[in-house]
Amino acid sequence: MEVGIVSYGAYVPRYRIKPEEIGRIWGVDGKAMGKGLYINQKSVPSPDEDVVTIATEAARYMMARVPSVDPKDIGAIYVGSESHPYAVKPTATIVAEAIEATPAMTAADMEFACKAGTAGIQACMGLVGSGMVRYGVAIGSDTSQGAPGDALEYSASAGGAAYLIGTENIIAKINRTLSFTTDTPDFWRREGQPYPLHGGRFTGEPAYFRHITSAAKMMMEAMGTTPEDYMYAVFHQPNGKFPTRVAAQLGFQPEQIETGLLTPEIGNTYSGAVPLGLANVLDHAEAGDRIFVTSYGSGAGSDAFDITVTDAIKDYKRDNAPVLEKIMQDPIYLDYGTYAKYKGKIVMSE
Amino acid sequence: MSSVAREWREIPGRYNLKGTKCANCGRIFFPARTFCPDCRRASIGKIEEYQVCRTGKVFSYSVIHEAPDCNNLLKPYAVAMVKTDDGVMIEGQLVDVDLAKIEIGMPVRAVLRKLDADGAAGVIHYGYKFVPM
Amino acid sequence: MREVAIIGTGVTKFGELWNKSFRALGIEAGMKAIADANLAGDEIDAMYIGNMSAGRFINQQHIDALIADYTGMASRHIPAVRVEAGGASGGVAFRQAYIDVASGASDYVVVGGAEKMTDLDDASINSVLDATADAEWEAGMGVTFAGLHAMIAQRMIHEGIATREEIASFAVNSHYHGALNPNAQFRKEIKLDTVLRSGAVAEPLGVFDCAPISDGAAAVVLCPLEKAKEHTDCYAKVAAVTQASDTLALFGRGEDITTYRATVEAANRAYQQVGITPADIQVAEVHDNFTVSGIMALQDLGFFKKGEAGKAVMDGQCRIGGKIAINTSGGLKARGHPIGATGVAQVAEIADQMRNRADKRQVPNAKYGLAQNTGGIGSAATVTILEAI
Repeated sequence: MEVGIVSYGAYVPRYRIKPEEIGRIWGVDGKAMGKGLYINQKSVPSPDEDVVTIATEAARYMMARVPSVDPKDIGAIYVGSESHPYAVKPTATIVAEAIEATPAMTAADMEFACKAGTAGIQACMGLVGSGMVRYGVAIGSDTSQGAPGDALEYSASAGGAAYLIGTENIIAKINRTLSFTTDTPDFWRREGQPYPLHGGRFTGEPAYFRHITSAAKMMMEAMGTTPEDYMYAVFHQPNGKFPTRVAAQLGFQPEQIETGLLTPEIGNTYSGAVPLGLANVLDHAEAGDRIFVTSYGSGAGSDAFDITVTDAIKDYKRDNAPVLEKIMQDPIYLDYGTYAKYKGKIVMSE
Repeated sequence: MSSVAREWREIPGRYNLKGTKCANCGRIFFPARTFCPDCRRASIGKIEEYQVCRTGKVFSYSVIHEAPDCNNLLKPYAVAMVKTDDGVMIEGQLVDVDLAKIEIGMPVRAVLRKLDADGAAGVIHYGYKFVPM
Repeated sequence: MREVAIIGTGVTKFGELWNKSFRALGIEAGMKAIADANLAGDEIDAMYIGNMSAGRFINQQHIDALIADYTGMASRHIPAVRVEAGGASGGVAFRQAYIDVASGASDYVVVGGAEKMTDLDDASINSVLDATADAEWEAGMGVTFAGLHAMIAQRMIHEGIATREEIASFAVNSHYHGALNPNAQFRKEIKLDTVLRSGAVAEPLGVFDCAPISDGAAAVVLCPLEKAKEHTDCYAKVAAVTQASDTLALFGRGEDITTYRATVEAANRAYQQVGITPADIQVAEVHDNFTVSGIMALQDLGFFKKGEAGKAVMDGQCRIGGKIAINTSGGLKARGHPIGATGVAQVAEIADQMRNRADKRQVPNAKYGLAQNTGGIGSAATVTILEAI
């Protein structure tokens, strides 16, 4: 049975801050920092936005593009995030209610650092492929936190994308998915702690690069493919530098990753990162295009996907919702004070 | 701290602009009503669910400077009376907007946002706000 | 129905009365009114108290019992009734008392109105005011009470009914009269520019477009007209008291939000009952909780055509000596707006005008005076017409 993407939707908050503005506050050459990370600016959620509202906006765009799909036929919703607004109480039920998929369905929140969104896609593939549900929704959405002054503050941003996974009228067939997972503590946030910690340079070779290259190589070996077989490639993008380097290590050309690389303009959206990169690719893709996707979640693991865009994309009502280029245009820039206020970094009286 | 149940029972209206319609006279109600004030007794048993259109135009607006505590981080913020494309008048906040560029007739659409929370530990209330189209 | 007279009035000073409690204010106004009526107190058959939200302002419910007790009426076990209708609590309480006397059920009735607002912080006070509109679908959505009035003002300006300056001029008019009232919260004239440059509350409205937060109480004593002379030569006839309602939420009224239908209906009924027209009114107290409400009232009550009220106020036609004297007490803006007290204080002011007792703010030879009190965003309105005897 063919399983794939029936629809998708993406959302990025309208506010932005630039690395030089963050660096100005902390006495750091922010411009150089941004250049080193290959991040020109990052998105910031409005105080009234969170993982729920971002996931909902993406899911509503996803549903708007498939008016013939009855939301009641959605049998599962998984929202992946590391910034769920509740420690206990699912994000997924709120999103489910907001797209009117309740009540005959299952739902759960997922957490696997930056790959919780792609983990949701895999879970949905299993449910849909086994015939347990007709459609499954997988969402990656985050409003990630970086401690003030930490390197993460220059990249941690907000955004998300939603995928409707099914077997009918699929616009992109998922040919295969596989994962590479180990216990590697490169980045974590303990319960009750406001900001994550990370292992500095340890997040590089033994973590990000090892897991992505391993999963990617496993995938190409399993499919009998080489980088030249793909029109597009999307890699996890905690900054602009890592995906560019890992792509080169694997033998992908810069043109292949360009479309799926949004971090330079919106920052690291964590669980939203690969789903958003893939959404931008699907905004541009044509029938027959093959897409290579590998996510990465600290802790650590990578999910790889081999995807082929189908003829159904020609009749797909992509214009029923705005494409990412439209969503990302006309940002509102914040100064650090407003950013700190919006992110709740200022201690207020109760 | 407000009641959890009080907010919970309004979820269809707050999240999805679910109103009702009197099958007797065709009048649309948002928020939903279970009794038509025009048809009164004749409306009993004839009130149907109605999905209010999510898009509309600003009918009037104001920029609020003296804000309730829940909107301290957003102030000044805009509110608007929006006439939806199916003719329903709804009031709500108008966000992600350049406050100087709001005008009557401006097209907007409803999105889901946080409205309020019962403190740092309590329930978060979500509901519609409007954004420019 | 019997004809009814007002034989006594009593109004406390309005303002931030830090050393006065709710009960102290209520007693002060009631005692003044009873003394003014030359009654001993034992004649009183019933009490009505307009109060919007003692429950939230001072965490005291059951204020009918409280006032009856502290005014010495509990020992006589007369009925006491607390009335709540948002900002119209006082006006509606007055109407209930009027009906009580007119019906013949009671002879001597005291109507009080009281509010103690300053025991609460500003944000909480605003949240109480917000709750007089639709708490779930207006206030709950972030639309404040001032915001609702601001959206009306915005439409007024957009539709060419009044300019921003004309709307603001209502506050200038109220302060002009407030300066003459020893009980007013603000006894100082202001310039139009002061209103226009005041800090924004809900654009286009600023601080000086809004009635203040106030403490205060007012009371009047009613009795059958035929018995009035037994007690005093100084009384006024209650010619009509009407009340009308409208939707709780502003959004429930379609596109015409620059008219309060409740005011229009209540006024029409009142004029009809008395057999007069708006032109017969020489002095009126209108509910200017915001400047824009004052401009609307002048139009809804028929004093000016829609589109002409703002100009008239700007031109000074609403001052004593002008076409019609509006808010000689200073109105809600300058006299102050202790919510439950307001409707009763308005009636007291008009009664004093009809009894030629208004001192420096007396409108000469006034035959008819009117008080208009609204609740919420025009969701309730009372109109009272008094006649000089």
